[in-house]
Amino acid sequence: MPDETKPNGTPPPEGTQSTEKPAAEVKSSEVKPSEVKAAAESKLPSPAATPPKSEATAAAKPAAPTAVKPAAPAKPAGPVPVPWETELTRQLKQRYGSGIREASTYLGQNYLVVDPAILSEILLLMCQDEGFDYCVDITAVHYPKREKAEFDVIYVLYSFAQNTRVRVKTQIADGATLPTAVPIWETANWLEREVFDMFGIRFTGHPDMKRILLPEEWKGHPLRKDYDILKQDTEWVKINLGIESGQ
Amino acid sequence: MTTNRVNTDDWGDRGTTVLDANELVLNMGPQHPSTHGVLRVILKLDGEKINGTECVIGYLHRGVEKIGENRTYTQFAPYTDRMDYVAAVSNGMGYCEAVEKLLNVEAPPRAQYIRVIMAELQRIASHQVWLGTHALDIGAMTPLFYTFRDREEILKIFEKYCGARLTTHAFRIGGCQYETYEGFEKEVLKFCDFVEPKIGEYEALLTTNRIWVERTKGIGILNGADCKALGVTGPVLRASGVKWDLRKAQPYEAYAKFDFEIPVGDHGDTYDRYLVRIREMYQSLRIIRQAVEGLPEGPIMAKVPKIIKPPVGEIYHSIEAPKGELGYFLVSDGSTQPYRTRIRPPSFVNLQALDKMVRGMLMADVVAVIGTLDIVLGEVDR
Repeated sequence: MPDETKPNGTPPPEGTQSTEKPAAEVKSSEVKPSEVKAAAESKLPSPAATPPKSEATAAAKPAAPTAVKPAAPAKPAGPVPVPWETELTRQLKQRYGSGIREASTYLGQNYLVVDPAILSEILLLMCQDEGFDYCVDITAVHYPKREKAEFDVIYVLYSFAQNTRVRVKTQIADGATLPTAVPIWETANWLEREVFDMFGIRFTGHPDMKRILLPEEWKGHPLRKDYDILKQDTEWVKINLGIESGQ
Repeated sequence: MTTNRVNTDDWGDRGTTVLDANELVLNMGPQHPSTHGVLRVILKLDGEKINGTECVIGYLHRGVEKIGENRTYTQFAPYTDRMDYVAAVSNGMGYCEAVEKLLNVEAPPRAQYIRVIMAELQRIASHQVWLGTHALDIGAMTPLFYTFRDREEILKIFEKYCGARLTTHAFRIGGCQYETYEGFEKEVLKFCDFVEPKIGEYEALLTTNRIWVERTKGIGILNGADCKALGVTGPVLRASGVKWDLRKAQPYEAYAKFDFEIPVGDHGDTYDRYLVRIREMYQSLRIIRQAVEGLPEGPIMAKVPKIIKPPVGEIYHSIEAPKGELGYFLVSDGSTQPYRTRIRPPSFVNLQALDKMVRGMLMADVVAVIGTLDIVLGEVDR
C-alpha cells in the first residue's frame, strides 16, 4: 500500500510544477473540479462550525480557520473512498437494501454506513455471524450544519479470527436515541456513557445511562461543536469550587 | 446498631445505586495511595467480601479531545504525551502515525527504527513503573527502588535524545525531528546489557516469593472470553491466554522485520499478568537489540508539507501501547485542524474490567487488582 499511494501523500508537486514549494502550492490551486464532490459527500461544515462563538472568546483561534479557509478544499486530489465489495457487503445489501447506505474503503479501512433503524440488527449480526467479537471503540462526531442528522455515531469493530477491522457508522438527529450495544459487547457500557457525556446522545436500554467523566450535575455536552473551548458550566463551578471561573 | 451504616440521604441520586441493608459501603479514593492517581472506587462490602464496585472517574479530565479540535495537527502532538504520562513516547508515536496515515505518507526506514527503539525502551520503563508501584501496593518495597533506579537509565537516554525525560514529544509527523546523538547505539546496547540481569533481580525478589505468590495467584481472574467482551487489551488480555499483540497482528512501523515472541499466560490471574509483563521486558530488549543492529542510514523525515492539511476523510489507527490498544480516530475536514480527535485509551477500557475481577474477592485484593490493571489516570480521564 505505501508504495502505490505515496505519490498521493505529497500532492503538491503532482498538481502543479514539481519545483514549487508545498506551502506555495496550497494557495495557488484554489479550486479543483473534484472538490465539490468530496466536500458534498462528507458534508463537513468545516471551520464554519466554530467561528460564531469563538469570535468573542478565543483570539488566536478564529485566525487560523479563516486564514486557511480558501485553501482548505484544495486537496481532494488525494485518496478517495472506493466501494467495498465482498461477500459480506453483497449479502447485507441484498438483505437490507437501502438500509445499507454506503459500504466503502478509505485508505485501506472498511466502513459501513447504515440506517439507525437497523443498527442494532447489524451490530448483532456483525458480532455473532461475522465474528467481530471485539468492540474497539464507540464514538461520535457532531456536524451541526447537517439537517436532521447532526451526529455520526461510529462503532469500531475488530475480529480476532479474521484479524480485520470495520467501522459501522450511523447518522442520527439531535435528540434521537440509539439502542444500546451493551448486550452485544459489555465494553459498550462505559464507551456509550462517554458518548452521552460528551455529545448528549442517549442509548436506550443502557443499564446505567449517566455521565462518566464530567460531574453528574454538569450542564452541556462539551464535544458538540457549539460548545466553545472556553465554555464551562459557570454555575456548577461557582457552587462546587467556590470560584468565579475555572479559566 | 447502625454505626456501620452509611447515611445516604445527603448523597443525592448516588445513594440509590449503593445500598442494601446488610452492605457496608466503603469509599476508596480519590486520594488513596494505591489508586495510582485520582481514582475513586465505591466498594460494597459484606464483611471483607466485595459484593460490587463502582468506579468514579473524571477527576483528571482536561478535555484533551476538545483541545485536539482546536489546535493544528502539529500543535496537538505534545498534548498526547500528557495522557499516559509514563509512556509518552508510545502516545506520541501512535498519534504521529495516525496523522501520517491520514496524509498517506510513511516515515522513512531510519525514523521507523528510531521510533521502535524509543517505543520499546518506553515499554520497559512503563513496565518498570508498573512493577515498582504494584509491588509497593502489595507490600514489597524493594522492587520500587530497583525499578526506579534502572528506569533512570532509560530516561537519561530520552533526555539525551530529545531533551525531555517524561513528556518527550520525541517524534514529529512524518518521522523524527532529531537525529540520534553520537554514541546512541552504543549507549542503548549498553543499557540492554545493563538491564537484562536487573530484570532477573526483580524476578529473584518476587517470582517465588511466598507472600507475593499468595497475594497474586488466583486473584482477579479474567478469562479470555471476558477479556474480549470487555474490550480488555494488552498484557491483561495476553495473560488470559489470548495470543494477540498489535505489533504482530497488524504490524506498524518496522515491527514486521523483528523477531520476537508474544508471552501469554494460562490462568488470567494477577500472577500471570506479572509474569507476562516481565517476559515482555525481555522481548522488548530483543527488539531493541535487533533494531540497533539493523538501524539503516538515510533521512529521518518523510516529505511532509510544513502546514499539515490532510485531505477530507477519516482514519482509525491503533498501536500496541504498553497498556494495550491505543487508538486514534481522526476526522479531517481538509483544514489545518482535525475536525474530530478521538482517543481510544487502553486504561479507560481496561479499568471497566475491575468490577468483574474483584467481585467475591477480599477487600485487600482490590489494591492488587488496580495495580495489575496498570492504569494511568491521565489516560483514563484525558
